[in-house]
Amino acid sequence: MSAATTNAAEKALVSLSLKDVHKSFGRTEIINGVSLDIADGERHAVIGPNGAGKSTLFNLVSGRFPVSSGRIELRGEDITNLEPHVINRKGLSRSFQITNIFPRMTVYENVRCAVLWSLGYKYSFWHRVGGLRDAAQRTEEIVELIGMQERRERLAGVLTYAEQRALEIGVTIATGADVILLDEPTAGMSHSETDEAVELIRKVTAGKTLIMVEHDMGVVFNLADRISVLVYGEVIATGTPAQIRGNKAVQEAYLGTEQD
Amino acid sequence: MLSSGLTLIFSMMGVLNFAHASFYMLGAYFAYQTGAYIGFWPALFIAPILVGILGAVTERYGLRTVHKFGHVAELLFTFGLAYVIEEVVHLVWGRAPVDYRVPESLDFTLFTLFTTQYPAYRAFMMLISVGMLISLFLLLTRTRVGMVVQASLTHPDMVEALGHNVPRVFMMVFAGGCALAGLAGVLGGNMFITEPGMAFAVGSIVFVVVVFGGMGSLAGAFVASLIIGTLQTFSVALDFSMLGVLGAIGISVSEDSNWYGLWSITISQTAPVLPYLLMVLMLIVRPRGLMGTRES
Amino acid sequence: MTPVFHKTRLIFWSVVAIFFVMLPFGFSGGFALSMLSQMGIAIIFALSYNMLLGQTGLLSFGHAVYFGLGAFMTAHVINWVGEDRIWWPITFMPLVGGLTGMLFGLVLGFVTTRRAGTPFAMISLGIAEMVAASALMFTTFFGGEGGIATDRTAGGTMFGISYGPQIQVFYLIAGWCLVGMIGMFAVTQTPLGRMANAVRDNPERAKFVGYNPTRVRWLMMTLAGFFAGMAGALATINYEIVTAETLGLVASGNVVLMAFIGGIGHFWGPIVGAVFVTWLQSALSTYTQAWLLYFGLLFLIIILFSPGGMANLVTLHKPAWHARLMKRLLPSYALAAATGALMLTGFVAVIELLYSHGGSGDMVSLFGLRVDAGSAVTWVAAVGLFVVGIVLFRWALKYVRRAWEEITPQLQSSGVV
Repeated sequence: MSAATTNAAEKALVSLSLKDVHKSFGRTEIINGVSLDIADGERHAVIGPNGAGKSTLFNLVSGRFPVSSGRIELRGEDITNLEPHVINRKGLSRSFQITNIFPRMTVYENVRCAVLWSLGYKYSFWHRVGGLRDAAQRTEEIVELIGMQERRERLAGVLTYAEQRALEIGVTIATGADVILLDEPTAGMSHSETDEAVELIRKVTAGKTLIMVEHDMGVVFNLADRISVLVYGEVIATGTPAQIRGNKAVQEAYLGTEQD
Repeated sequence: MLSSGLTLIFSMMGVLNFAHASFYMLGAYFAYQTGAYIGFWPALFIAPILVGILGAVTERYGLRTVHKFGHVAELLFTFGLAYVIEEVVHLVWGRAPVDYRVPESLDFTLFTLFTTQYPAYRAFMMLISVGMLISLFLLLTRTRVGMVVQASLTHPDMVEALGHNVPRVFMMVFAGGCALAGLAGVLGGNMFITEPGMAFAVGSIVFVVVVFGGMGSLAGAFVASLIIGTLQTFSVALDFSMLGVLGAIGISVSEDSNWYGLWSITISQTAPVLPYLLMVLMLIVRPRGLMGTRES
Repeated sequence: MTPVFHKTRLIFWSVVAIFFVMLPFGFSGGFALSMLSQMGIAIIFALSYNMLLGQTGLLSFGHAVYFGLGAFMTAHVINWVGEDRIWWPITFMPLVGGLTGMLFGLVLGFVTTRRAGTPFAMISLGIAEMVAASALMFTTFFGGEGGIATDRTAGGTMFGISYGPQIQVFYLIAGWCLVGMIGMFAVTQTPLGRMANAVRDNPERAKFVGYNPTRVRWLMMTLAGFFAGMAGALATINYEIVTAETLGLVASGNVVLMAFIGGIGHFWGPIVGAVFVTWLQSALSTYTQAWLLYFGLLFLIIILFSPGGMANLVTLHKPAWHARLMKRLLPSYALAAATGALMLTGFVAVIELLYSHGGSGDMVSLFGLRVDAGSAVTWVAAVGLFVVGIVLFRWALKYVRRAWEEITPQLQSSGVV
């Protein structure tokens, strides 16, 4: 194999690639030159102190905010500054830190909204959505996967917090995307709820690429294949959990006194 | 001046007030009514205060209740309010225009420009408007009250935690904006006709000015009102039409053709449409307006 | 969603159809018939408006533009039929209106739906003003001050139907009303309809499931324009005249009121609103000069106390109905109704007296009684009635509140809440 094809073969295995991404709001620079390559099928956690810019990074990747400079590539394709729905259609889906679902629709309908596009129904106003078998089937699968069968007719706005988080994840993966971004999925959960959530995440992201922002170290070391540490808008270290644990700079900047 | 009141309310509370022009109308009517008993000059002060009080009441009992239902509900509330105020005016003062006149002391021509006479009353209006704007600006930026108001806009919780009565501040701001409208009514009511339909006539233009100048910017409202005002005056005066332009380049359109109606429209005929056209274009191209700070 | 569900719908719509057919037998007479016709048109118009407001979250102050443009186009086409320039059955004229409305919805919508929320509302208002102002400019299409007159019998007689008599026009309207209702309801059951709701609730999230909110809004606007234009065409046929007022701001404001009073949160809310408001406008205006005032006040009261409209008031009681607890509420409701009626009577008396005060004579007709508007006694009585009514009503409300407090724990435990 020549160098070119090796490179190509390597490139094909990279799901998401950030190349020297900068983001400033006015004069404040939030993201200060982040470069990251995430392999296909990898579970990658982004950790760092509050205000380091983790959510902003997600917002840049998913198209919610435009970058100030730099490039973002999804499977080699440039997705920098594209509209969120366009990026989503290309196979990248994200969840939100503050639960962001459709409060006036039921659990079932929430998930169904997420499957409609990927099944090709787009803006159709001639299909009766209740009669769409493939949509129903897929929605049922997802609802079962997130364990909400009994609550499927409940309005999303009246669910408990943990249920809403589970729904959030459900809606995120229902789009069929194979690159999933989860923004603090276990925020505000108790120990038992967190354990359940971790199992759920493991189940639903099997075979997909997962990038996760998390504060709970237990979750991070449990799930992640690789970890990146973001401090003041810069990645100060990337590596396996063991490497990160042993990294002096990380210990100083973030882990400080060993917590969980 | 109307625009500055509206901008004030909007930028402070994020509420777009349909009924603003109605308060303008009330100002005119109040001035007329009180003026009949005590003369123009006292009315100049009393009427806006009355309108301001009314504004405060509206905020306290109306807007505050509706606020929790969202922006759409707020808009609809002020919309309904405008409706009701117009009907109440019908009720109390009848449907015909009311004889509210420029006071004699100010009823003379100041100078003439091109062929238009410039009445002294207009100069008076201008003087008051500018005076109001300047004092408003100073009030907001230099005094403590002004700072509290500005802070309440962006961080109401914090300001409340510091011990200020934020709901009262909002009420004051709203009342202030309404009083401004009332003042405009006092001044404008006798220059232009005072009748129940005046709110509607003026209201639309005011909206255009505010949106065009930028929601949230006093300077923008000022600039926009100048632009729109000039546009309106001149477009009415100009009598060109596309027909004339075409004729100038040698094309003539026969009177029988269906398109004649379109081409023969003179600019003066399009005058009513122009401000709205500008507003729509502005909203599409730059929803913030010329100098706006908030989109919605 | 089993097939049985579908059959239920079929039965439902058939019942509605039969109801429409039977209506004129219950309400015969010229006045009733023409009011029913107005209601039919209003229903389609209000439902089309709710496609924007209730379903997609678009507050438009210029929906009458599509109604009016559809009406104007239809008027012209009917006149062309009359001049033998074109052949098209009057029965299918609403399609002409619909297509016109749809076209303008498509064009204007492309420009206006780029923004949502307040900017959208403002743009819609601006466009409405623009179109209303242009109506006086382009006199060939809009007929200037006099508008465009038309003759609905221009199509001649086919199968014995000439559309001369009002009864025939009523059935035409009723038929298209049914079509409109079914059509608009169907849209709510499609992917587009569902995503419109999603965009209304959370446009951000809608983007992140792959949908472009602007595109969704644009399409809904186009469809809403279609149905609005259809209603406009029926208005042309009904009144045989279209003027600039048809697409003016008052008409736009009217449909907002109708939809909102009925309740924008439910599909059938605007239907209730359209019927109620149309009735108010025709019936009430014959009784009192102050009907516009009552109208506005009703709107304000609904916004303040029940922003979900009348529909919401009804569905509020669904859990109680299911739990068979309605009878617990009824006594306090009766009390509130009685005292409320007292208060209302007093209020109306005061307003009516005020209105007559501006008028000439002193003798005034109030509730069918002749009262002396100049006498102080009358005034005191009216004001007194009003004040007493307010006091009693507030007292009665306490009982209502108490009744609700009593049944709430039972509602919660039975699982309906």
